[in-house]
Amino acid sequence: MNSQKMISTRDLTKTFGDFVAVNNITFDVRQGEIFGFLGANGAGKTTAMRMLCGLSIPTSGEATIAGYDVYKETEKIKQNIGYMSQKFSLYEDLTVAENIRFFGGIYGLKNGEIKARSRELINALDLNDQKDLLVGSLPLGWKQKLAFSVAIFHHPKLVFLDEPTGGVDPVTRRQFWDMINQASEDGITIFVTTHYMDEAEYCDRISMMVDGYIRALDSPAQLKKQYNAESMDEVFYELARGAKRTE
Amino acid sequence: MWDIFLQSINKSYTESGEKAVNDVSLHVEEGKLFGLIGPDGAGKTTLFRILTTLILADSGTASVGGYDVVKDYKVIRKSIGYMPGRFSLYQDLTVKENLRFFATLFNTTIQDNYGLIEDIYKQIEPFNDRKAGKLSGGMKQKLALCCALIHSPKVLFLDEPTTGVDAVSRKEFWGMLKNLKSKGITIMVSTPYMDEASLCEEIALIQEGNIMSVNTPDEIIAQYPDMLYAIKSPGMNQLLQELRKSELVATANSFGEYHHITFSKQGSMELLLKSLHRSDVEMKPIRPTIEDCFIHLMTHE
Repeated sequence: MNSQKMISTRDLTKTFGDFVAVNNITFDVRQGEIFGFLGANGAGKTTAMRMLCGLSIPTSGEATIAGYDVYKETEKIKQNIGYMSQKFSLYEDLTVAENIRFFGGIYGLKNGEIKARSRELINALDLNDQKDLLVGSLPLGWKQKLAFSVAIFHHPKLVFLDEPTGGVDPVTRRQFWDMINQASEDGITIFVTTHYMDEAEYCDRISMMVDGYIRALDSPAQLKKQYNAESMDEVFYELARGAKRTE
Repeated sequence: MWDIFLQSINKSYTESGEKAVNDVSLHVEEGKLFGLIGPDGAGKTTLFRILTTLILADSGTASVGGYDVVKDYKVIRKSIGYMPGRFSLYQDLTVKENLRFFATLFNTTIQDNYGLIEDIYKQIEPFNDRKAGKLSGGMKQKLALCCALIHSPKVLFLDEPTTGVDAVSRKEFWGMLKNLKSKGITIMVSTPYMDEASLCEEIALIQEGNIMSVNTPDEIIAQYPDMLYAIKSPGMNQLLQELRKSELVATANSFGEYHHITFSKQGSMELLLKSLHRSDVEMKPIRPTIEDCFIHLMTHE
């Protein structure tokens, strides 16, 4: 396995009947990189992400995730990645501690390990007073920070974050990115989608999907240069306004 | 006068009395495009539900167009349009059927008020016979707006119409709102996107049930108490750490390409540049954004 490339795809394609949801996408993500996966609604991001997480078998093309094949080694992929989205992250009717224990177990950690890491995590998030509260009663910002910590609790090589900061207040949104940066420094590769264009700036590289294709892929600075744009917002607008498809 | 009044409104959903909305007072003048700006859980939806007569406040009074939300709820319901945050049309009816259904509910026809919805409806008319459940996100949003407008309301309530919508569709949607406003409709719209605040005539910044500030976007920005600077240098994460540790710096927040900073009493641009030991630093005074103001209000309460 190539340890330099956490994600590697070649002409990855997914069709539903006549509809080409993802059309020959080719890209690599390096270990430790923060990779922003952007695109308009309906561009094919969710379908692509499902293939990368081992949840959907591609129609054609190749891809390896953490060195594992997306056709044959989907179970291996699931054990080696973390996943968090705005919509699904934690069980609201379990407590903080129960959620951590549950996900630790799901990811196959041993009891002793779960206990030790739980203590560490609860201390790091300063949740000692809240650890026996139901997650449903926590403010959204805390929930999202806890959800991210749980998604990387088993020390995956790669974590997928699907609009992790949607609806979160501006202070918490920044704290969340502090956590992302820390995880990246610890060597975890970050694959993230967002509708906030300022967050696109925090990524090492960005891909822009339009109508199933990856239309642009580079660092934010290079993309702005290439499209002669002041901000990522302008780059996005320039690329996405020609889109034929909507969600 | 189709304006909106809220006076000392309180609402709690739990027995422990934790407030979803805490002593909120607001006035939206007739014909204004008013924005409720705040994250999830701020209390935006609760305020909409009180104003659209769907729930009762625990205390305080509210009126729409001079009509009390408790006593005159029937009059209010006839005169307002409401687009809830969740798509709430009939998924198994077609575009045309949904529109006709809502027109009939309000005792009118699509033709009667066609002028009001024409610009928006034209974009979804080619899909007249498609079931609403099969529409794209952007088209659903347009259909929902048409349905909220079909009885020619005096006041329009839009709860997070652009959440989860991409930047291009968001711009388009705000264009439609501007158009409706020019037809004299009072509009109250909520959004978690701070950059949309500047598209409203007046805004309320709301956080955890409390209104932190109400004014025009320009005035809220003018009230920002400190001089704000943008700073950029290679290795932005490292720079942020250095800024946070520096005694010269009072606040430092990342804002896309730049960090935004304010100085402490002893700080200044010259002193900071000297202390950073970096050769490639760009720094300039800037006008605060609404997001800067929001962060300031959140952290200084």
